[in-house]
Amino acid sequence: MNLYRSPMPAAADAPVERLNAEPVNSAQVRKPLYEKRKKIFPKRAEGRFRQFKWLVMAITLGIYYLTPWIRWDRGPHAPDQAVLIDLASRRFYVFFIEIWPQEFFFVAGLLVMAGFGLFLVTSAVGRAWCGYTCPQTVWVGLFLVVERFIEGDRNARMKLDAAPWTLSKLRKRVTKHVIWLAIAVATGGAWIFYFADAPALLSSFLHFDAPPVAYITVAILTFTTYTLGGLLREQVCTYMCPWPRIQAAMLDENSLVVTYNDWRGEPRGRHAKKAAAAGAVQGDCVDCNACVAVCPMGIDIRDGLQMECITCALCIDACDSVMDKVGHERGLISYATLADYSANMALATDNGTKPIDPRRVRKPEGGFSSAVKHFDWRVIFRGRTLLYFTVWALVGLGLIYGLLARDRLELNVLHDRNPQFVVESDGAVRNGYQIKLLNMIPEPRVIRVSIEGLPEATMKMMGQEGEARVFLIPVQPDKVTNARIFVTLPKAAIGIAADGFSLVAEDEASHERDVYKARFNIPEVVQ
Amino acid sequence: MTDKHISNTHTGPIDDISGVTTTGHEWDGIRELNNPMPRWWVWTLYATIVWAIGYCIAYPSIPLIRDSTKGLLGYSTRGELKTEQNAATQAQTAMADRIASASLQDILANPELSQFAIAAGSSAFKVNCAQCHGSGAAGSPGFPNLNDNDWVWGGSVDDIFQTVAHGIRHPGDDETRFSEMPSFAEGLQPLEIRQTAAYVVSLTGTPRDPAMAEPGKALFEANCAACHGENATGNRELGAPNLADAIWLKGEGEDAVAAQIRTPRHGVMPAWLPRLGETTVKELAVFVHSLGGGE
Repeated sequence: MNLYRSPMPAAADAPVERLNAEPVNSAQVRKPLYEKRKKIFPKRAEGRFRQFKWLVMAITLGIYYLTPWIRWDRGPHAPDQAVLIDLASRRFYVFFIEIWPQEFFFVAGLLVMAGFGLFLVTSAVGRAWCGYTCPQTVWVGLFLVVERFIEGDRNARMKLDAAPWTLSKLRKRVTKHVIWLAIAVATGGAWIFYFADAPALLSSFLHFDAPPVAYITVAILTFTTYTLGGLLREQVCTYMCPWPRIQAAMLDENSLVVTYNDWRGEPRGRHAKKAAAAGAVQGDCVDCNACVAVCPMGIDIRDGLQMECITCALCIDACDSVMDKVGHERGLISYATLADYSANMALATDNGTKPIDPRRVRKPEGGFSSAVKHFDWRVIFRGRTLLYFTVWALVGLGLIYGLLARDRLELNVLHDRNPQFVVESDGAVRNGYQIKLLNMIPEPRVIRVSIEGLPEATMKMMGQEGEARVFLIPVQPDKVTNARIFVTLPKAAIGIAADGFSLVAEDEASHERDVYKARFNIPEVVQ
Repeated sequence: MTDKHISNTHTGPIDDISGVTTTGHEWDGIRELNNPMPRWWVWTLYATIVWAIGYCIAYPSIPLIRDSTKGLLGYSTRGELKTEQNAATQAQTAMADRIASASLQDILANPELSQFAIAAGSSAFKVNCAQCHGSGAAGSPGFPNLNDNDWVWGGSVDDIFQTVAHGIRHPGDDETRFSEMPSFAEGLQPLEIRQTAAYVVSLTGTPRDPAMAEPGKALFEANCAACHGENATGNRELGAPNLADAIWLKGEGEDAVAAQIRTPRHGVMPAWLPRLGETTVKELAVFVHSLGGGE
């Protein structure tokens, strides 16, 4: 894939307005931490990355807001919400999967997959998570849409910000913050629907008889959404989030990062014709500051890769449209790997011995020389990414296997510890067991509980008549059923063979079974 | 250094290396830089101070010589415990009332009631009964094991209720279970006591020296059978234990049996009805009955 697409035909030297944009978070001048934040007014960008980001934003917001409203029929004994975290009864429902608390390792497995997925994506295409899908990025994008709609684009906003307080300014500001707060409330509001039946909760929420925790959760998330997405914005990424610090370990020389290709852009200048007339060398960068103006992080990408850069790629869009106008190839700012960049840089500087001269990377008749390196998609498949992918896939396969092979009927046995055994008046020995039957499907069942081994032993079950080796216990859908049993071994049989004693639970209908290898204690004197 | 690096409005001299103003404090040539705490941090500190003052006024906080200030809200941990205990008791009222009005048979027949009674009885047992009978109700010599199916005074839930309610040999309770085994130290020769003991032990199927056990049979029939029965299977009406089974109340073996014939020991169990009330005694009876030996 060649990211440096051929340019649109355009009039050479079309006038490009130079934007008055200062990089607020310039890499050149590091500000002290105590300095007051300078506001950033990102200009609206147009282009393919912006289009893609709108799409990602629509999908991620859609998933977040709509998921709790999807219905999923599980029969009469379980909720019909597709995704539900039922904390009160400790059940997680995700479409056809139901997870009990002891199966929480599935969620841990998903988190491991998410981790390796992030490593994989980052090592291949840099901080794509930060730039496209991170909730902070998505919500800041949404809040910026509102801000632009109310206050206008960059220049209008800067003017408004500097203007004295008038009724018109007040009206705009109040409108903006009210809409922001509404979005924040909707964000917090959507969250709680994952934890209860959404339609019922919405109704009770609006009638003010939802549980207090619902209102508290909405209030907290409203506050965080409003402050993080509306007020703090890029400061969250720069100062609060640890991921920008970790990324350095994830990137290597073959990772795609948003790069200013100064090997073709420098020396930058406003007046190519004048420079050419004077016989001076000039690169493709017309120093229009479009890349600075659109940057939501307030950096100048031309300073090189910086910690603040979330690789949102909006500067690529901004620069590409300028390159189209001035008739140069797109991709002065582009996704590029450090390896390619360094090779091209070496070419342009004659291995670092001379200042950048773009003529070294171009053919005299136009176009790039064949020595210029363009991105080769094959570098995505390298040892490191394949390793990440393998681990990611193995964990995924393990989870799928675990899901298919897991038990839906479980027998847990607690052997009485005090007393460990009871001697009956006829010398027989009795052991008591507390058993728990976990019926992990949303259907009622009848479970056969029986003894295997100890052929002489009989069983009594509290609440049921008589002595036998098998009892039937009806169990409720999706519930744990407790039962207390006593196993009695006649005196004559004591000490013969206490091994191989098991308690068995078996579904009458499906014959699904679970075996618990139990112990039978007898007095020491008899042993 | 440029002016860009001046981080605050303090007007002290500027440190050349860091570009930060100094406070003017200097020790041996080391000057203190004026790097103030972040504003949000300082305001958080002030907020906690205000909170602490409010807390001291609202809650008990300042220690006095014998006491402490009470606080405007009148809060105390002791009061909170009381409130929670009352709430817990309140929450149990409905079930406790049903248990109070139901007969013991009804409780056993109703799974919901019996489950509650067993849980309540279990905790009452641990507080009041475990001292003698053990936390697992397994007993010890002189204190019966309540798990087994051997009952000195009867193992039906009504019998157990009667025993718990009125106790055994409890002075001052007219309905208490009462019996005393007489001492045979005067009536029987030492050899005769040993022979009787040998016979009693042989009844459980443990082989004994026939020369000792056989004379013991006649002695048993003459002296013991009146209470313990012809076959030594005991008499619950009299609280005479079954001597022919595998369970020994006062201790196992010939020596223990002989000692009991010579100088009988009698335990006393208190009457619990006046102390715990009928509902709790009912719950205790159901709990003991559920341990596995109930009849």
